[in-house]
Amino acid sequence: MTDEPLIEYRDVTRRFLSRAGAVTACEHVDLTVRRGEFLAIVGPSGCGKSTLLNMAAGLLRPSAGAVFYRGVPVPDPNTDVGYLTQRDTLLPWRTTEDNVALALELRSVPRTERMRRAHDWLARVGLSGFARSYPAQLSGGMRRRACLARTLAYEPETILMDEPFGALDAQLRLVMHDELLKLWAATGKTIVFVTHDLSEAITLADRVAVFSPRPGRIRAIEPVDLPRPRDVFRIRFDPAFGALHDRLWSYLESSVRSDVKVA
Amino acid sequence: MAEADITGDPVAASGPELPTAWHAASRNERITVILWRIGIAITIVVAWQAASGRLIKPFWISSPLAIWDQLVAWAITGELLMHVEITLAETLMGFVFGAVAGIAMGLALGLNRRVAAVLDPFIVAFYSLPKIALAPLFILWFGVGMTSKVVMATFVVFFLVFYNTYAGTLAVEQELVDVLRLMGARRWQIVTKVILPSVAIWIFTGMKTSVPYALIGAVVGEMMASNKGLGYLIQAAAGQYDTGGVFAALFVLAIIAMLLHTALKHAELWLLRWKEEAR
Repeated sequence: MTDEPLIEYRDVTRRFLSRAGAVTACEHVDLTVRRGEFLAIVGPSGCGKSTLLNMAAGLLRPSAGAVFYRGVPVPDPNTDVGYLTQRDTLLPWRTTEDNVALALELRSVPRTERMRRAHDWLARVGLSGFARSYPAQLSGGMRRRACLARTLAYEPETILMDEPFGALDAQLRLVMHDELLKLWAATGKTIVFVTHDLSEAITLADRVAVFSPRPGRIRAIEPVDLPRPRDVFRIRFDPAFGALHDRLWSYLESSVRSDVKVA
Repeated sequence: MAEADITGDPVAASGPELPTAWHAASRNERITVILWRIGIAITIVVAWQAASGRLIKPFWISSPLAIWDQLVAWAITGELLMHVEITLAETLMGFVFGAVAGIAMGLALGLNRRVAAVLDPFIVAFYSLPKIALAPLFILWFGVGMTSKVVMATFVVFFLVFYNTYAGTLAVEQELVDVLRLMGARRWQIVTKVILPSVAIWIFTGMKTSVPYALIGAVVGEMMASNKGLGYLIQAAAGQYDTGGVFAALFVLAIIAMLLHTALKHAELWLLRWKEEAR
């Protein structure tokens, strides 16, 4: 990781118009993602975390403020980022290998070369035997892994992940954490990882940004001083993990509790 | 029929569960089903033959044997083949022209929403119109020959395919489009790799629904004014109070419709094989 800023949110506010009136998803967000870092964004659901990712991808414009990528305003779309959304976005009419090779196909990489790279990534996420299967024939966890392979296969500079493992069972999620950290260590990508799970954020990230409920504002940004490489299966029992979890939870707790009271 | 196709999931309408259940059934079960079908068919034919002349006058219901004789007679003179060929040619030409134009127009408007918004009331007006009501006009314009029937079938097919294609482009998931945009896809790549494949099911549903209507368009046109085709055959036989002739022509028409339907079903299973659930 370097100190070079890659994504910068400067006093960003985003509102949406709905039938009930204007809803402010996030407000006055100042946040800098450094090149090569693994940043986690944690907050209650509906606090505008996905909105932040959409703005970094250029799919949404801020209502006020600005988002910069490599020092210039984010273009629409920002083709330097790979985006792993909450939902499966595999193309259902393509086999797994053709899905993983999709971005390479768009770049006119010859078929043999893109198949070689697709199979390489399928092997890394443990899907070698399913190259010719269609998404409908895969389990939810396998589809997630295929999405991950597709995002990594074309090596975008930055990867945005929106609760990518939310739908997986606890064991599989840990396995995916382990794979993700290995891939990240090997490739040196910048990752922005949105989650509502504090433990997941601490396990993976260099820094954790805690958001308040809607309208989302940054409550705190804390570095995670846990050594790497991390053992995702045991790191939870590290005393430093517990201390950080407590501290971050104190930021979250008040907002979650007040949210419940309001509701 | 078409309203449901526009709003609903087009695949649900075509019922992909049926063939799966069929394949899952054991061999014995399948044989039982086939034996039942043969049994029902034989029962109907025998009951019909028995009733004819005993319970009901043959003038009203003819009889299977008389129908068979009529079919054989038509076959020998070559009349049957000629009429079938005419009707089939009208149906298929109408189907091809209508489908091609419908897909092209549906995609064009689906990809140019502003134009679509302007044309919307005109489209609805044409779509809501019972197309058969146009037959007299087409006969007036294009004469009693094949052309008016081809135009009729084309028109019917066009609107079904057009509307399904158009609705399909509106149903394309924006998330899938965004994924490709972020990967740096160009506009034409988004069209060929996301929009066309996701609209394909809708197009196919439209085409499948429209085949029987193409046949209806052609036959209705023939019944109104013509001297060839199965519609003419029905009309001519009815004009001579020849119930057997009417039934014989209807029988041939039913077989043609069934063959078309089966061919489409197989084509769909193959084209949409990715839809198949994990076994």
